[in-house]
Amino acid sequence: MTEQEIFEKVKGIVVEQLDVDAADVKMESDIKNDLEADSLDVFEIMNELEDDLDIKLEADENVKTIKDVVDYVKKEIDAK
Amino acid sequence: MKKIKIVETASFVPQKIVTNDDLSQIMDTSDEWIKTRTGIKQRHISIGENTSALCLHVAQKLLEKSGWEADSIDLILVATMSPDSYTPATAALVQGKLNARNALAFDISAACSGFIYGLKVAEKFLQQGSTKRIMLIGGEVLSKVIDWSDRTSAVLFGDGAAGVLLESQVTGDSDFLGASLHTFGEFGDKLEAGKTTAISSFPNLSEHHIKAFSMSGRDVYTFATHRVPESIVQAVKTAGLSLEEIDYFVLHQANSRIVKQIAKKLAQPLAKFPMNIAEYGNTSAASVPLLLDELIAQGKIKRGAKIALSGFGGGLTVGTQVIIY
Repeated sequence: MTEQEIFEKVKGIVVEQLDVDAADVKMESDIKNDLEADSLDVFEIMNELEDDLDIKLEADENVKTIKDVVDYVKKEIDAK
Repeated sequence: MKKIKIVETASFVPQKIVTNDDLSQIMDTSDEWIKTRTGIKQRHISIGENTSALCLHVAQKLLEKSGWEADSIDLILVATMSPDSYTPATAALVQGKLNARNALAFDISAACSGFIYGLKVAEKFLQQGSTKRIMLIGGEVLSKVIDWSDRTSAVLFGDGAAGVLLESQVTGDSDFLGASLHTFGEFGDKLEAGKTTAISSFPNLSEHHIKAFSMSGRDVYTFATHRVPESIVQAVKTAGLSLEEIDYFVLHQANSRIVKQIAKKLAQPLAKFPMNIAEYGNTSAASVPLLLDELIAQGKIKRGAKIALSGFGGGLTVGTQVIIY
C-alpha cells in the first residue's frame, strides 16, 4: 500500500469513529487535540486498522498526529 | 424436551451512593472524564455488608415475589468474582441463612460472564430430571477488591446483586433457545482480581499476598468489541432466530462505549441495547440480572419477548443466552 492509500484508509476510519468531516482530517492533524479523540477512540481506530489490514498495532505507541498513524501502519505492513 | 422459564427476578443495591464528584475528592479524576469514557455517573458501595448479605437480600425478595418456600428450591447458584471467602461458597452462606435445606449450593467463578455461565449450568440441571427449581444470583462487593489508588479502574465498578428463579416446565412459551459460551484462558492475565502467590520459602514463611484488581484496558476493550458480537450472532443463530427478531440485547454493563460499539457491529438500533450503567457502574456478575430485573419492572420486557443476555469479562470469558421470557 502506498502512503496515500494508507492515509485514505485511516481517514475513512477516523471520520467514521470520531464523526468529523473528511476535510478536517489532514496528515498534520493532532488526533487528540484537533480531532478531539480520547483514549477509547484511539483503541477503536487501531482496532479497525488491525482488522482491515491484518496487522498488529499497539494503542500506546507514540502516535500523536494522523501522519504518525500512517507511518506506523506503513512500518507494520512493510514488516509483514 | 423440558422448557425453562425465568419465573421471577429481583435485585438489591446498597444504600450508599458514590458519585463521580465524590470520587474526584479522593483521586485525580472528574465527572466529565468518567462520564464521557464510561457512561457512569454514580455507583452504589456496600458499607459493612459482604457479598452473601447482598445476595441474601435478593434471595428473600425472590421468595417473597414468587411465593416459593425456601425448602422447595433444589439448587442455589451464586455467580461472583468477589466471594465472602475461598470457602464456604457464597451460595452456601445464602442457602444456610435462607434455610433452604433441600438445596445444593455452590458458586460460579466466571467474573462478568458468571450469570450467563450460571444460566447454562442451571439449564443442564433442569434438563437432567430431578432438579425442578433453581435460584441463580449474581452478586458482587467489588469495592473490597478494587485498588482505590488506581484511578483508571477504581472509577468503573459498583456493588450490587440480582437474581432469578428458574423452573422447568412442559407447557408455555418461555424457554431457553440457544447459547454460545467461550473461554479464552490464554488472556487470563488481562483482567485479574484477588490473585494470590504461593509462599516463597518454608519454614521461613513470607507474608501471604492477595493482589487487588488490575486490568489491561485496551485488551479487554478489544476482546469485548470483537468476541461479544460473535457470541451474540452464534447464539441467535443457534436459537433459530435473526438479530432483527431479538427484542432486547441485555448486555453486561461494563462501559457504554463498548455497548454502543457492539450495537454498531451488529447493525442493530441502539434502542435495543438498554443501559443502566450510569446509575450502578460495572457490577460484574450482577449487571445482567440487575438490568433484566429493571426492564421487567419497567414493563419494557414482557412475557413472550425474545431476549439475548450477554456477559463478558475476566477469564477471559464471553457468553450469550437467547431466551423467550
